[in-house]
Amino acid sequence: MKDLVLIRYGEIGTKGGNRHLFEDKLIANIKENLASLGKSKVYKTDGRIFVESEAELDLVNERLQKVFGIVGVCPARETALDFEEIKQAGLELVERELSGQAQTFKVETRRTNKDFEYDTMDINRELGAYVLQNTENLTVDVHEPEIRLNVEIRYKKAYVYAMDLPGVAGLPVGSSGKAGLLLSGGIDSPVAGWMAMKRGVELLPIYFHSPPFTSDRAKEKVIDLCRVLAAYCGGQLKLRVVPFTDFQTAISDNCPQKLLTIIMRRMMMKIAEEITIQEEGKALITGESIGQVASQTLDSMRVTNVITDLPVFRPVIGLDKNEIKKIAKKIGSYEISIRPYDDCCTLFVPDSPVTKPKLKFVKYAEENLEIKELLSEAIAGTEIIEVKSE
Amino acid sequence: MEEVYLDNSATTKVKDKVIETMMKPMKEVYGNPSSLHSMGIEAEKLLKKARRKVAKAIRADAEEIIFTSGGTEANNLAIKGTINTLQRYGNHLITTKIEHSSTLHPLQDLEKEGWEVTFLDVDEKGILDLEQLAEVISEDTILVSIMQVNNEVGSIQPIKEVEKIVQDYQDSGLYLHIDAVQALDKLEINLSNSSIDLLSMSGHKIHGPKGSGALYIADGTRLKSLITGGGQEFGYRAGTENVAGYVGFGEAVKLATTEVEADVEQMQKLKEELAAGIKDGLEGVQINGPEVTAGVPHILNVSFQGVKGEVLVHALEAENIYVSTGSACSSKDSKSHVLAAMGLEQKAMEGAIRFSLSSFTSKEEISYTVEKLKEIVPRLRQITG
Repeated sequence: MKDLVLIRYGEIGTKGGNRHLFEDKLIANIKENLASLGKSKVYKTDGRIFVESEAELDLVNERLQKVFGIVGVCPARETALDFEEIKQAGLELVERELSGQAQTFKVETRRTNKDFEYDTMDINRELGAYVLQNTENLTVDVHEPEIRLNVEIRYKKAYVYAMDLPGVAGLPVGSSGKAGLLLSGGIDSPVAGWMAMKRGVELLPIYFHSPPFTSDRAKEKVIDLCRVLAAYCGGQLKLRVVPFTDFQTAISDNCPQKLLTIIMRRMMMKIAEEITIQEEGKALITGESIGQVASQTLDSMRVTNVITDLPVFRPVIGLDKNEIKKIAKKIGSYEISIRPYDDCCTLFVPDSPVTKPKLKFVKYAEENLEIKELLSEAIAGTEIIEVKSE
Repeated sequence: MEEVYLDNSATTKVKDKVIETMMKPMKEVYGNPSSLHSMGIEAEKLLKKARRKVAKAIRADAEEIIFTSGGTEANNLAIKGTINTLQRYGNHLITTKIEHSSTLHPLQDLEKEGWEVTFLDVDEKGILDLEQLAEVISEDTILVSIMQVNNEVGSIQPIKEVEKIVQDYQDSGLYLHIDAVQALDKLEINLSNSSIDLLSMSGHKIHGPKGSGALYIADGTRLKSLITGGGQEFGYRAGTENVAGYVGFGEAVKLATTEVEADVEQMQKLKEELAAGIKDGLEGVQINGPEVTAGVPHILNVSFQGVKGEVLVHALEAENIYVSTGSACSSKDSKSHVLAAMGLEQKAMEGAIRFSLSSFTSKEEISYTVEKLKEIVPRLRQITG
């Protein structure tokens, strides 16, 4: 008998011929996530991934619950194909869940190995009886039990577990390719990045820094946000910090005031595109949602969007502010996002920005800018910061 | 220039001599002053000496000095300690609208709890309204808490006049508390013949270490302690004493009082040069608070029209010049309660910068700062329109 963690994964189980690629990616991500906790073994056998680690179970579970692709984290016990051993393990695991008050329970068995001497019904009945005899305050409820004692009879071993912690689900990060994330210090963009990661996307976070219009504390804030996101993708992210002051100054000197914001956003999009393509990314992700501010009207988004050929995804587009906040709180970015240091989006707003910009006029205004030079200077000056989750 | 530090109201550089005195209690005399053995007694001696230095500087007795973690704790102890002992004499407290947040916030909390609190108005120079004080004070008043020097604009409050008004009510249970954190090494403080019951001080504003400060509690004044335990600091503040910190604080106070006159004269001269340089070199600026010749020698608050204070802070930082918007403790709020109380317009508040000097500030640093301001301010105005 030994203790290990059984990983349940849902969606990738349905991926047909590519299934093993997703599984391998998930295993690699789990290994990366656990690496700093010390030695661990991660392997798969028929439809299940198992984790054995020297580290404390709580720490391991906490990390596993942040790995995209995992649906359930189940601290389990592996036994030989011996019913006495299975009963022993089952009883011990149920005992861990007992509160002392009246509780209900149920045994659920999956028997992949049809050669095992007892069938599913036998196991459910006999194991259930054994547990009832040896505990107090416990009754059976087959519909909505508080404790589910799971038994899986596989070909070489059996696995027993009573605890099933929810994972973040989704797809393993990296299984869907890379995308650039336009990351500000706000609430929306980290959530957008997290949601893209949930669909298996590997992130290239990009932040635009404009000293003295943005302070170094604003930059620290973005680094801290990356730290939160990094915990969901193997513990590390490479943040690109693009120096944007010269660009901003040039826009301000040469373009009409009311178009400042829209042109600034177009240029940010262009720079993000270049960096993303250099890194072989295939899309851009932003935290925009419709209609919150002048730059997020559909007219503005269209004018911003056409500057790049890459698809631009806006995962929070269908959410309202409260729904976004809720996710931000869940993933742990909210408290960082509400720190009161202005980023350049909020500091650099003209008194009356246009809400319905015309592409024609915006392009005309941009003719006064040395875009190529400014662009290559900004990219050349970009700083890469490796952010680790701890 | 390598580093021009003009944020001395936020905190100051610790003087070398202060650091030297702090080594002994950490390396050699590291005993607990409460211990019975000789190592404890040696530590206690250092502590007593520090206490005497502080007492001497403000003409008080050593037994009247209670060491604290700094100005904030001293203000909290003064306010909360008073209301706990004097509540049976009344429920009215008086302060001004321009106090430091460590006075303002405790009093605002008390107001919510049902105490009656009067926040006195100030004029456009940042000076409190004495007539209003005389009007509102009554037998029901148990605490008057006034800052001697405002940390954002440098205005000096007429403490002597305040004392005269307050004196008549002290027999009916009233303590006068003065927050002297920004005054300590700039103005003469003489408590030998005064009506002040409580006076707050801080170490790190006068080239001492952070985490050190004191509350003067006049003989016969009774306060309830905020922190109870082992009865240290005459029962006013439990917890093993920060011996190194207090020794450093004591030394900083001593140095300040021996050098005070020459230093103050030099700071005043440099502040006037800075003000003149800014006014002559730039359009659209206004000096906030008292006349340049009237306030404390180390604080100058200036509004630069059309520039956001925060942006100017970072632009100056790029030239190695370090200043603040308003006060460092409230830099996170965009609006200064002090400038608002003085009646400044929104635009002027947004563009306000505080320059605060110390005895380390040189003539060269001031002219460098003026030169840089003349370059930066017009550029920022152009960019942000």
